[in-house]
Amino acid sequence: MAIEMTKPWKPLDTGEVRRLPGTTGVYELGDGDGNVLFIGFAGGKSRFGLRGELERHLQAPGAATRCRVEVNTQYLTRYEELLMAYASRHGGLPPMNVERAQHKPRGRLTPG
Amino acid sequence: MDLELSDEQRLIVDTVRRFVREEVLPLEADLDPDASELEPEDRDRLIKMVREMGFYGLDIPPEYGGPDVDIVTRTLMAIEMAQHRAGLYAPCYGVFGGAGLAQLFEANEDQKQRYLYPTLRGEKHGFFGLTEPSGGSDPARAIQTTAVKDGDDWVLNGSKIFISGADRADYGIVFARTDASRGRAGITCFFVDTDAPGFYVRRVVHTLRSTHYATELQFEDLHVPVANVLGEVNGGFAIANDRLSRQRIPYSAGCIGVAVKAQEMAIAYANQRETFGDRLATRQAIQWMIVDNEIDIRTSRWLTLAAADRADRGQPFRTEAAMAKVVASEAGGRVVDRAMQIHGGYGMTKDLPLERWYREIRIRRIGEGPTEVQRLIMARDLLGGSFH
Repeated sequence: MAIEMTKPWKPLDTGEVRRLPGTTGVYELGDGDGNVLFIGFAGGKSRFGLRGELERHLQAPGAATRCRVEVNTQYLTRYEELLMAYASRHGGLPPMNVERAQHKPRGRLTPG
Repeated sequence: MDLELSDEQRLIVDTVRRFVREEVLPLEADLDPDASELEPEDRDRLIKMVREMGFYGLDIPPEYGGPDVDIVTRTLMAIEMAQHRAGLYAPCYGVFGGAGLAQLFEANEDQKQRYLYPTLRGEKHGFFGLTEPSGGSDPARAIQTTAVKDGDDWVLNGSKIFISGADRADYGIVFARTDASRGRAGITCFFVDTDAPGFYVRRVVHTLRSTHYATELQFEDLHVPVANVLGEVNGGFAIANDRLSRQRIPYSAGCIGVAVKAQEMAIAYANQRETFGDRLATRQAIQWMIVDNEIDIRTSRWLTLAAADRADRGQPFRTEAAMAKVVASEAGGRVVDRAMQIHGGYGMTKDLPLERWYREIRIRRIGEGPTEVQRLIMARDLLGGSFH
């Protein structure tokens, strides 16, 4: 499994989100150029899993027009890994994660 | 031989039990079922309470500010502290504090100033770097990371795997081979600063554990000053070995705590759930699972307390600690499995803590020395020396 998510982007729209599984996992929101804007997860308390989380974002997508998901039962560690990999490459968190004031100290990753 | 708890031990156990049930358990209702951390304000509030109780930093020697609690009592407390969803690997979400790395107390004064005291003050965090891709059960032979003297520095090259917390640590205690011809007598222990050039956290290693990941490290011409040798050159294996023996007692206590809670849940559920017109508790199949759980729990508990008692008395306890670890980790897995079976479909859900304990307790048969290595240690002790 690659560290960063490499799946193709899908449109962030009702039709696409309706097809998503209601499982735990991680997801990314991106803009039209494929830049990652937000990294999130659907955890054990999420009522409708990945589908539920992306439906929530449909209500207020901001600049996000694309999405991609990864079904993963180890959603919390995968979420941390994606944030660390993004920070390693870009020097900080994705813009929408920063907006949500996620101040928890994160680990440092230096992928080879 | 008095097997009863003293009045003081009984009071301490009751206090910790109430703390877990009244302060920790209610917070878990609002946490992700796989969470291992509290919200900062809750964590700080509980730490304050633990300090006021006089229990903060249980494994810190009294001369460094820790409470003077003997190992048997600490084991009894550890059994209580594990009795919640995250309790196996994050007992009470870390609010009881601790030294983390016991080897720090063996450092010289200069090293204590740079690493131990900042760690005790919460200003620095360290990691323990022993296991390598070439092996972990047999570190004395498997360590291939090299350290070569170069002027006033040692230069490290190699890699480590399954290392907890290295991505967030300020320093680590790292074991490297300084003499290739001497096997276990050719390993040295170093303090390594994580901001030093040549230190890399290459990847996260996802495991069965819910929120905690391990890491894979790489050292490329990592320069470490001679002042960062912990203990003696070529004397590192003794440091690693001592830590592994001591850790087995609290490690076992965690398994027992989870098993106790799983049994409590199983008994409550069996007394309440009805099938075919009567409670599960009336079915012999369920009764025998409950009984087998109790046998497993009590066996584990007495073996672990016996190991702790020998450690308190300053007697050799390597065999006892190894035995406690084998029994508690394997018995704990059986108890959780039976409790899941008794709960039926609900036992599989994230609504209950059982599925998390089921995954996480499996690791206990491998971490801190696999069951097979513990048996090796005991066989060597039993066949090579006296039984008493």
